[in-house]
Amino acid sequence: MRFTLNGVATNVDAHPMSRLLDVVREECQLTGTKEGCGEGECGACTVLVDGDPVCSCLVPLAQVEGAEVVTIEGLGDDHPLQHAFMNEVGAQCGICTPGMIMAALSLEPDASIDDIKVALSGNLCRCTGYSAIYRAIMKARQP
Amino acid sequence: MRTAISGLDLRRATSVDDALRMLADEARTPIAGATDFYVALNFGTLAPRRFVDIWGIDDLRGIDVRHDVLVMGALTTYTDIIRSPLVAERLPMLIDAARQIGGPQIQNRGTIAGNVANGSPAADAVPVFAAADAVVVLRSIRQERRVPITQFYTAYRTSVMRADELIVAVEVPRVDGKQWFRKVGTRAAQAISKIVAAGVRGASPKFALGSVAPTVVRAYATERALASGTPIEQAALTLTREIAPIDDVRSTADYRGQVAQRLLRRFWSETN
Repeated sequence: MRFTLNGVATNVDAHPMSRLLDVVREECQLTGTKEGCGEGECGACTVLVDGDPVCSCLVPLAQVEGAEVVTIEGLGDDHPLQHAFMNEVGAQCGICTPGMIMAALSLEPDASIDDIKVALSGNLCRCTGYSAIYRAIMKARQP
Repeated sequence: MRTAISGLDLRRATSVDDALRMLADEARTPIAGATDFYVALNFGTLAPRRFVDIWGIDDLRGIDVRHDVLVMGALTTYTDIIRSPLVAERLPMLIDAARQIGGPQIQNRGTIAGNVANGSPAADAVPVFAAADAVVVLRSIRQERRVPITQFYTAYRTSVMRADELIVAVEVPRVDGKQWFRKVGTRAAQAISKIVAAGVRGASPKFALGSVAPTVVRAYATERALASGTPIEQAALTLTREIAPIDDVRSTADYRGQVAQRLLRRFWSETN
């Protein structure tokens, strides 16, 4: 199965119904994407497929053939959102953080706090109470 | 993950005809955004073993108005609905429902045909379709037929859809009256409904509920009561005779019975 993973042409030999999550973590060895609930409720496994955030635990590998997949590793380690999450303590245990950041990537530059809440409504965090996460995203958007 | 995927067989359809031929050849379950199937896959409760992937069939996408009917392709996602000016103009209660289904990740993948075909009595889009007199377009290699959503389900997760049929579209005629939608769950996002309702306040009022019976319910007797000027309190009592809620993990029959009446009163006062 051929697709683009973080800008790199990738060819994976796996069952077409493999979860994209398992392919990314096990076949491609990119463990930044986390498994939380495994049922599309928590958003921890969020990746971008052709630019749209999706739960990779609910995506059959076959459906990303030819698609552009971006995981948290695709941001490198110097992205403004990553710095803001660290500086504002938007991460505590850290399991939800990659998914939160991937979901936040879809926000428009002029997004309001309400827009941020909607964009992140598919991502659960059990540590922070969300305020630090929203603050981090607001800060990351300031020039 | 509790299901061994090695025993599963997936074939990918490249066109509607391709999919219909596969469905005619042998029993296969169509799979689109997979937001329900992959939950079952993870839980180890996935019953079907052979699938046909229809996600790549672009002919099943798109929202259009033809002959004054809103036609939504089977693979219309909730995100497509939220962004559609045609849906905003003609069926705004469907946008209200779409915004409350899962979160953005689910809205990007979940489809209207999946919501209909999955057959859950808690499906959030289905009460909207029922209140709007929507029609499900079913196609097989032999024929195409149109089934009103109110006649689509025959029992819990059971419908009139035949094994060789595919949902290709959902059609919604012009809706006459003020539209209303309300979902009651534990939180605004990512919650399965305890109870969900949609209504249309027009010359003949329409009211449909989810999570109160084995299938989505269109409350015809209640509608007739409202249309004939019956006081709302009395209409609400009629409603309790049209539903059969149960106790389950999300709520109780008693709660659902009381809230169903409250939703009817809210519908009536908020659309006045």
